[in-house]
Amino acid sequence: MDILRYALYRFGTMLLTLLVVSVLVFVIINLPPGDYLSNQIAELRASGQSAGVAKAEFLRHEYALDRPLWQQYLIWMGFVPGPHGFSGLIQGNFGWSFEFDQPVAEIVGETLWLTVLVNLAAVLFVYLVALPLGVLAAARSKTWVDYTSAFVGYLGLATPNFLLALIMFYYGHKYFDIPIGGLMDPVYEGKPMTWDKVQSILIHLIVPTFVIGTSGASAMMQRLRANMLDELGKPYVETAIAKGMKPSRMLAKYPLRVAFNPFVADIGNLLPSMVSGSVLVSVVLGLQTIGPTLLTALKTQDQFLSAFVLMFVALLTLMGTMISDVLLVLLDPRIRYEGREA
Amino acid sequence: MTRLPDGRYVDDAPYDPAASIQLLERRDLDAPGWVLVWRKFRKHRLGLVSGIFLLVSYLLLPFAGFIAPYTPNERHSEHLYHPPQDIRWVHEGRWIGPFVYPTVSKADLETFQWKFVPDTSRPMPLRFFCSAGRYDLAGLIPTDLHLFCAADGATVFLWGSDRLGRDVFSRILYGAQLSLTVGLIGIAVSFALGIFLGSIAGYFGGVTDWIINRVIEILRSLPELPLWLALSAAVPSNWGPVAVFFIISVILGILDWPGLARSVRAKFLSLREEEYVRAAEMMGASSGRVIRKHLLPNFMSHLIASATLSIPAMILGETALSFLGLGLRAPAVSWGVMLNDAQNLASIEIYPWTAIPMLPIIIVVLAFNFLGDGLRDSLDPYEN
Repeated sequence: MDILRYALYRFGTMLLTLLVVSVLVFVIINLPPGDYLSNQIAELRASGQSAGVAKAEFLRHEYALDRPLWQQYLIWMGFVPGPHGFSGLIQGNFGWSFEFDQPVAEIVGETLWLTVLVNLAAVLFVYLVALPLGVLAAARSKTWVDYTSAFVGYLGLATPNFLLALIMFYYGHKYFDIPIGGLMDPVYEGKPMTWDKVQSILIHLIVPTFVIGTSGASAMMQRLRANMLDELGKPYVETAIAKGMKPSRMLAKYPLRVAFNPFVADIGNLLPSMVSGSVLVSVVLGLQTIGPTLLTALKTQDQFLSAFVLMFVALLTLMGTMISDVLLVLLDPRIRYEGREA
Repeated sequence: MTRLPDGRYVDDAPYDPAASIQLLERRDLDAPGWVLVWRKFRKHRLGLVSGIFLLVSYLLLPFAGFIAPYTPNERHSEHLYHPPQDIRWVHEGRWIGPFVYPTVSKADLETFQWKFVPDTSRPMPLRFFCSAGRYDLAGLIPTDLHLFCAADGATVFLWGSDRLGRDVFSRILYGAQLSLTVGLIGIAVSFALGIFLGSIAGYFGGVTDWIINRVIEILRSLPELPLWLALSAAVPSNWGPVAVFFIISVILGILDWPGLARSVRAKFLSLREEEYVRAAEMMGASSGRVIRKHLLPNFMSHLIASATLSIPAMILGETALSFLGLGLRAPAVSWGVMLNDAQNLASIEIYPWTAIPMLPIIIVVLAFNFLGDGLRDSLDPYEN
């Protein structure tokens, strides 16, 4: 039952963190002077269109933008009633996008689960690539396998995500004929889910997954290699070899298990940077995730839209970290339930 | 033991060459820490080469204007998207020193592009220590002296020119000034915040520790780039390039300190119980003095190594922000701003040289990684 209690405790801290994050996000979004509507009003005034001004003033009142900031925050979260009673994030109302003149929920709609999908695929890619390569590099340390993987790893770390995206964009299109750009064939956009659509999405996922996952995989691989090398020097490995165990079995049975824990724990570090990367790569590759939406929203000061996207991105990483923490406790009985100390 | 005629005693045992090695080791053990670190670091070839490369790069930064043949925003409207030009030495079998062939632009009516045809009959030698566009050497001394420039009527675009006819090579040199210093300013901010908050959290403990720890956890669990984007979107668009540059570096630093603060805090928690700390406290040293004089020097070197490893993240961060159009803006020149032009497939396909700024980025980031690794490995000189 302890594990359940721990999971609940982690869930509670996650909610609290999310609350703090919401304040942070709201403050950052409201840092630039003015808001979308007041900018619009100023613009309309300058061009002498008084009819539009009245409409914008009405909208300002409608979305409580004329109130003090702290009240705006509480209304946005749904803690206090706004002009239309309780309707904030916790009631499931994500707000209104002024730039697109649509509810935020409608704009982000499909992009939300595509974002989750891209990031999941990238995490999967990181583990699938880093695990065998890291173990191999450690087991064959100081041979060409080790050096090659180290070189590729360094290169992967040093190449900025979006440059890799550009390079893949160019060569993938030219030589491999992999569809690049977008997450599905344009014909399927806005259509209900069919088998063909799923196939199209899967093929389009190859390049983004590779691009987003590369730097994470390189970092993970180097860390796993270092952990494995530490373990390989220990006496129990010698014992296993001495009693005639097959090297591959020995590796998987003893040192890998010990080296594996940091591997799972690391997802807390990995996930934020991967989500970051996915936002950037989405912009370059034109993926239908929330990355491009965030960029437009930030550039036009479309505050409810950008605040929601930031909150969603934060939620995604916090959830991932929570899951990895709970997994880690399941995996390693040595970790105390009261949370890990740094 | 033999007694010599002059009364001295000499050992009969044969000369032991190993003895001198032991002597050397003894000297090794007594040498000051930095000598040991240097000796070990010297063996890390890749780290050493990277360190020298970075040192030279940073030392050359003030002289970027001197090395560059053009000034960064000088436009050549006759030479838009000019491909890279070769520097040649031999003309029609005759050695005449470095020269370029002047090019003539011709409109290609099939592809609707300008084509640049070299005129191979007229070699135009490069001029050295010549005067061209005015710039401020090291940002202070106005001058117009350049290391080399093209002869009158010719151009020297080593790495081509961009969509406004600006020399890519010169712009990369100028861009290095901003792109490379962004990391240094950012790391300074992150260092100051990280050491300050980490040390008071670790030293005082209690409520302070709890609060700072929660802040660290929250900041570490958030994706950096969206926050960078949001913060730099908040930079007023009417600020000058220098102000934007500073604020961007500070933004990069503000979100980077939690990692550093965490390791500082962990170290303090363990070191605070040491006897010498208690001794210092009992002798009446203030907590500020204990932290600065007794605790921090213990792991300053580790902090420097980890700082070296986090500079590349900042350089990449600046590049990403500028690439997306939310970081530095023209007329400021940085590698990210330059890559902003190479954003679409068409320009890479037709004008591949506009993507050249990605090479210095990759090289510098690699160099910082190797240097950091080398430093980290050599900082514990007593460990094998």
